[in-house]
Amino acid sequence: MTDDDGAAVIDKDGMDALVAVLAARGRTVIGPTVRDGAIVLAEISGGAELPYGWGVELEAGTYRLAAREDGAAFAHSAGPQSWKTFLHPPRAREWSADRTADGGLVTTPDATPPPSYAFLGVRPCDLRAIAVQDRVLTGGRHADRGYRGRRAGAFLVAVECTEPGATCFCVSMGTGPAVGPGYDLALTEVLDADGHRFLVRAGSEEGEAVLAELPSRAADTATRTAARDRVAAAADRMGRSMPPVDLQGLMRETLNAERWDDVTARCLTCGNCTMVCPTCFCTTAEDITDLTGDHAERWRRWESCFDRDFTHLPGGPVRDSPRSRYRQWATHKLGTWYDQFGSSGCVGCGRCIVWCPVGIDITEEAHALNRERASGAGEGAG
Amino acid sequence: MTGAFAETAAAPPLPYRVAQRRTDTPDTATIVLEPVGTALPPFTPGQFAMVYAFGVGDIPLSVSGIDGRRLTHTVRAVGAISGALHGVRPGQTVGVRGPFGTGWELSEEAGRDLLVVAGGIGLAPLRPLVRAALAELGRYGRLSVLIGARSPHELLYSDETAHWQAGARVLTTVDHPAPDWMGDVGVVTTLLDRAVFDPSTATAFVCGPEPMIRATADELVHRGVAPDRIRVSLERTMHCGTGHCGHCQLGPLLLCRDGPVVTWTRARPLLLIREL
Repeated sequence: MTDDDGAAVIDKDGMDALVAVLAARGRTVIGPTVRDGAIVLAEISGGAELPYGWGVELEAGTYRLAAREDGAAFAHSAGPQSWKTFLHPPRAREWSADRTADGGLVTTPDATPPPSYAFLGVRPCDLRAIAVQDRVLTGGRHADRGYRGRRAGAFLVAVECTEPGATCFCVSMGTGPAVGPGYDLALTEVLDADGHRFLVRAGSEEGEAVLAELPSRAADTATRTAARDRVAAAADRMGRSMPPVDLQGLMRETLNAERWDDVTARCLTCGNCTMVCPTCFCTTAEDITDLTGDHAERWRRWESCFDRDFTHLPGGPVRDSPRSRYRQWATHKLGTWYDQFGSSGCVGCGRCIVWCPVGIDITEEAHALNRERASGAGEGAG
Repeated sequence: MTGAFAETAAAPPLPYRVAQRRTDTPDTATIVLEPVGTALPPFTPGQFAMVYAFGVGDIPLSVSGIDGRRLTHTVRAVGAISGALHGVRPGQTVGVRGPFGTGWELSEEAGRDLLVVAGGIGLAPLRPLVRAALAELGRYGRLSVLIGARSPHELLYSDETAHWQAGARVLTTVDHPAPDWMGDVGVVTTLLDRAVFDPSTATAFVCGPEPMIRATADELVHRGVAPDRIRVSLERTMHCGTGHCGHCQLGPLLLCRDGPVVTWTRARPLLLIREL
């Protein structure tokens, strides 16, 4: 079946089998599929639901499906969702509270059993994003029980990137297009005169077990070479890049830059960038009661730092101006995330550029800040 | 990532019964809470709890007193949740999560003069610190407590602060005196001349409105106190207390985790940036 390093090759029927094997193991298989004019992440029941023959055309503020003649399944880059939709869902119940007849209070942690997901088609940038959220939500003194349960049960099938979008900049963030650690299985899609096939490598024991159940053959040299070449070529076709400087330092030193006024003139503070970002984790607490008034629940839902109420204090919001809110988002993502969680909060997926209704481009803003700093203007006091 | 860390995020609050309630000022009350069953781990002065009013929500409240398993909080009614907690009565039950955040840390202050400066309800998180210092007076140098409030009827814990005089230099000032006010008038920094402390070795603990913190800390630095020896307690919105909701960011800091007590060395450059 497989040769020394365990790499194997599967065909499209092997992909069908992969979905079936994962489902047979009791997992809810989530993968890319065409729906509502986009490639979304949704539950799929068979390999045929993968977006064979579809790609995307991306630009700042633009996302369009585009038919492909080669029939590739994974020749598209990041869509409107990310895996945080499943691991760190938009709404989640944390606990409930009941008032007893004598005026007491009984609290109960949420007992929803964690789902058992298999994610099919995790891009290297998104694999890194999952690792980033792991550190935020379970890496500190207080671990999030719900997240840990969902995460521990997730089987990750990564797919190396061979078709970067015009808004992608993973190379400059060091997150792709080759896959990093953390996957159970890693695929590389190859299409050439020898056919449409996938190089498969296992990264865990369960990955090996799943691979063993698939109709596969040992990886041949031609397929290995083609896979490596396609990923290498993708690295040369990145649509965008961050300035090659210490971004943490750049953010710290440009807090008073004039560029923030420029971007504020365009930013609608809609928060789209925070919703589509695969690492943005902020939430708000929502307390509800039922009609009896004796049962209350605590829910957590996604929140955006672009909301004016995000920094509400009795005297008014701390970050009142749109300028301060865009600056918070960008400097957190690229700078203070290192201080707080030991890594960048940006993985270079480009979603914030694509889904910004006015096409604000975080790489362009970083380049502008870098130029302004180099010119000696806008020095921050930070 | 291992079992060494508790899965304490998103965990439900523990029920605590209101044992006492005392009205401090027209909009502020102090409540003493005792655990109905299991108690939370011990709190240290400066740390905070998330206190939950049934069905309304929870807010961060510093401990204003620590007495065995009992927790004391002083709450000012400024919104829906603080209003609900302000209105609780003995016998009612609230939920409490914690302890969260950094404390004032007295453990390494032996031999040093201690200077406590409070503005308004900022005295609440400082009260357990003053009590701890008074309980071991011989361990420290001289203790000064400077208290500022907008008006005499907004002074907290007046009965108790009068007793602190036995072990500390306690000075009080108000911005707007009442006709029968015989004490100082003016901002709290005007009291510094009469505090007893050696600026070269003293440690200062400051809490109050942010402009008051900045004015006090800058004045202390001007008088020769090292910024590293000035600790301030900062306030930001908090929804979780566990470092996950993102609301309490101040630049590189998550104040529920890295604060609320931080050194002036750390806080000053961040507070200088408008709307950080």
